Amino acid sequence: MIRFKNVTKTYESENKSVTAVDNVSLEVEAGHICVFLGPSGCGKTTLLRMVNRLIPITSGTIEINGKEIQSFDVIELRRSIGYVIQQTGLFPNMTIEENICVVPQLLGWDRVKMKQRYNELMDMMGLNPDEYRNRYPWELSGGQQQRIGVARALAADPPVMLMDEPFGALDPIIRERLQNEFLRIQGDVKKTILFVSHDIDEAIKLGDTIAIFQAGRLMQHGTPDEILANPQDQFVSEFVGNDRALKRLTLFTVRELLKKAGSGTGKASANKLAATSQVHVDANLRTALSVILSSDTGEAAVVDDQGQSVAVLRLADFESFTGIHPKRLTSIVQ
Amino acid sequence: MKGRQTERIIRGFLYLIIAAFLLWAYRSGAFQFILDNPDDLLYLLKQHIELVALSSFLAVMVSVPVGILVTRPRFRKYAWIAVNTANIGQTIPSLAVLALVLTYFGIGYFTAVFALWVYSLLPILRNTIAGIENINPSIIDAGKGMGMTSRQILWRLELPNALYAILAGIRTSIVINVGTAALAFLIGGGGLGDLIFTGISLYDTGIMLAGALPVTLLAITLDYVLGKAEKWIIPKGLQRNLDHV
Repeated sequence: MIRFKNVTKTYESENKSVTAVDNVSLEVEAGHICVFLGPSGCGKTTLLRMVNRLIPITSGTIEINGKEIQSFDVIELRRSIGYVIQQTGLFPNMTIEENICVVPQLLGWDRVKMKQRYNELMDMMGLNPDEYRNRYPWELSGGQQQRIGVARALAADPPVMLMDEPFGALDPIIRERLQNEFLRIQGDVKKTILFVSHDIDEAIKLGDTIAIFQAGRLMQHGTPDEILANPQDQFVSEFVGNDRALKRLTLFTVRELLKKAGSGTGKASANKLAATSQVHVDANLRTALSVILSSDTGEAAVVDDQGQSVAVLRLADFESFTGIHPKRLTSIVQ
Repeated sequence: MKGRQTERIIRGFLYLIIAAFLLWAYRSGAFQFILDNPDDLLYLLKQHIELVALSSFLAVMVSVPVGILVTRPRFRKYAWIAVNTANIGQTIPSLAVLALVLTYFGIGYFTAVFALWVYSLLPILRNTIAGIENINPSIIDAGKGMGMTSRQILWRLELPNALYAILAGIRTSIVINVGTAALAFLIGGGGLGDLIFTGISLYDTGIMLAGALPVTLLAITLDYVLGKAEKWIIPKGLQRNLDHV
């Protein structure tokens, strides 16, 4: 668990002082991803870099698993925290294997153990260990480099990871693929992760909780659903966007909606619907809504893995679940 | 493709100049002089190489550590002092450096080495500083964030990644030094300048070129050898820009 208590950072210059982080208190549970979200200059990166003491704290405390970070030796502290940055920060003079084994090597692991760990991590990343072992960072694509960056941060199996816009420089398709892989890996390794992003969609997708910052102050901290459903003030609601109701739909699957709405509405007519109006039972509600909007009848057949239709979804079904009013949506459609 | 072609034209042009130079040397009897006095020439060549080797070695020994020192955070604000000092050393014509040093140390080998040393400092110092300062800051940030000590950052990240620039500075400095060392003769330092200035005094182009030709060949050879050495020394991961060397 990571606990921020009244953390403040002020930069003093000759005639003025700038507050980059203003009295932030926040708790992140073990095994959770907390996304720090906000416009540039809101202090999210500063706050992140205070955790591994790359930036000294002006006042307040940060605790990792109940231990205050100032009580650690700074070098040991950093070696026990995974660190991933946007520009990958891979060392161009080292091979991929050397890059991944940087922290294990600093910690003095023996060769066999390091090699084993390298193979393990590369398998986890879906890259062939032997193919990349002796290659250099510049020979890899941006997406591959960032995978190596994540693998390197995981190398010594740190309980806590800091990630500073790790997917920010990638193109949308690769970014999405890496986000999915990242979630899959996180499902296995269950790290406590602080993740800086300026992208609301990324935050919704990856975050167990989202912390929204503005001008150094924590505006709201909550689950993606809480933030999208009840933005605390105007800044948060503007930042998450006017389409927040739609974004919220990405948090739920058709299966969840059916469970709540009581499934099996009009099973008979389901077979008549064209294949284009089908939606998978594990698709998110945003996709389902899109399918319904583009279907001629305003209905979509819900299909399972075998392609069997299990239910029919209509616009009206959304209301019971998300509080989105179908009447308003209908007026948009027509 | 176009760059390749331009490169080939320029390269051909340079070879042509060298060939013309050799032809001129042959016509004016430089080769004859060399064949007639092989011992003299070898003696002077050895002296010349010693001058260059000693002064360049001392320059590397001073410039690289100073360059590293002034890029440490604690001393960064003093970097301009080091660079400007070396800059001033470079703005004074080489002949004037010799004359200035002469007034303090008198004539002789030591004076020549000292003057050449002063003159060799800047390219190395400047490239060392530039090489270290131009390393992508995210590399250093990553190293720091992963728990490298400042010493580990210097040896494992900064020096290997700045090596290309540092070696380029050393190479430039040595090649310039080979030419400048010809002036050492003027203050009794010896070297191939002996033949060059004798030839000039006697209006004998043959003798002059018998000195100038080995100086040129020495410079070209050293440049080539040092270029090859770079490929050995520089980490493989940084060599994608070196393919054409």
